[in-house]
Amino acid sequence: MNSRSLLLSPNPNSLKSRFTKGLLRALSRINKHRQQPRSSREIRKRHRLIKAAAYGSMASSVGNRRAWSRALLWKIRNQTRRGYAATRNIGSSTRQLSMKKRICDLQKGNNSKNRVEVGGLGQVDKLRRLVPGGQVMHTCSLLEETAHYMKCLATQVKVMTRIVEVYNIP
Amino acid sequence: MSSRTTRASQPTEDEIKELILKLQALLPRLNHRPNTKASASTILEETCSYIKRLHKEVGDLSQRLSQLLHDSAEFVEVDEELITRLLSNIN
Repeated sequence: MNSRSLLLSPNPNSLKSRFTKGLLRALSRINKHRQQPRSSREIRKRHRLIKAAAYGSMASSVGNRRAWSRALLWKIRNQTRRGYAATRNIGSSTRQLSMKKRICDLQKGNNSKNRVEVGGLGQVDKLRRLVPGGQVMHTCSLLEETAHYMKCLATQVKVMTRIVEVYNIP
Repeated sequence: MSSRTTRASQPTEDEIKELILKLQALLPRLNHRPNTKASASTILEETCSYIKRLHKEVGDLSQRLSQLLHDSAEFVEVDEELITRLLSNIN
């Protein structure tokens, strides 16, 4: 009853709404720019574009509030930048160096202080690789970010599934 | 307590355990019986495989969407009604 009316009018500012809007816009753009792809290479490229749009829209919807979304947005912006200016290596390489230093320092710190109960550091490392920006997070932050990241991924899957359902029926 | 200044560099075991338990609540395979506590390593393992599954689903859905774009002549413009319709069935 009450919950049903809530369902019918989603909060336009909710993460889900922002994500859906952003993704649909990106899909429209992708569809407009491309001719119908003939080669399998073009089809694969469009698949990659759509996947990037999905993650990009999700990261944009979350904005700078989370470390994982900042890391993802940074990565996307850098990929675009690298595509434009191959000559401007100085800026991106010093940033890469300082990132690497942060990772090393963090690993030193983590190794000495966190050989705790966390059933094998191996699993925490696996997690670091899965969560965007996980390599430079302290373990506590990593676990918090993981929780939020998982929720957003689940939302992403739900929304994309719904979009597929809606467009599946001609 | 002592945690404020040292939080960033020295997380306590309890803090970490608490965060890991919170993860358990989010994992679909582990929260059928919310009162039983799974071990930390189980939770972490399940978290990793859950995230990998979600990544794979996003990939598959992207492929599906790519096919749909390919098949349909034009894509409907973004509009509020469409979005409302899309979201009205998701909880």
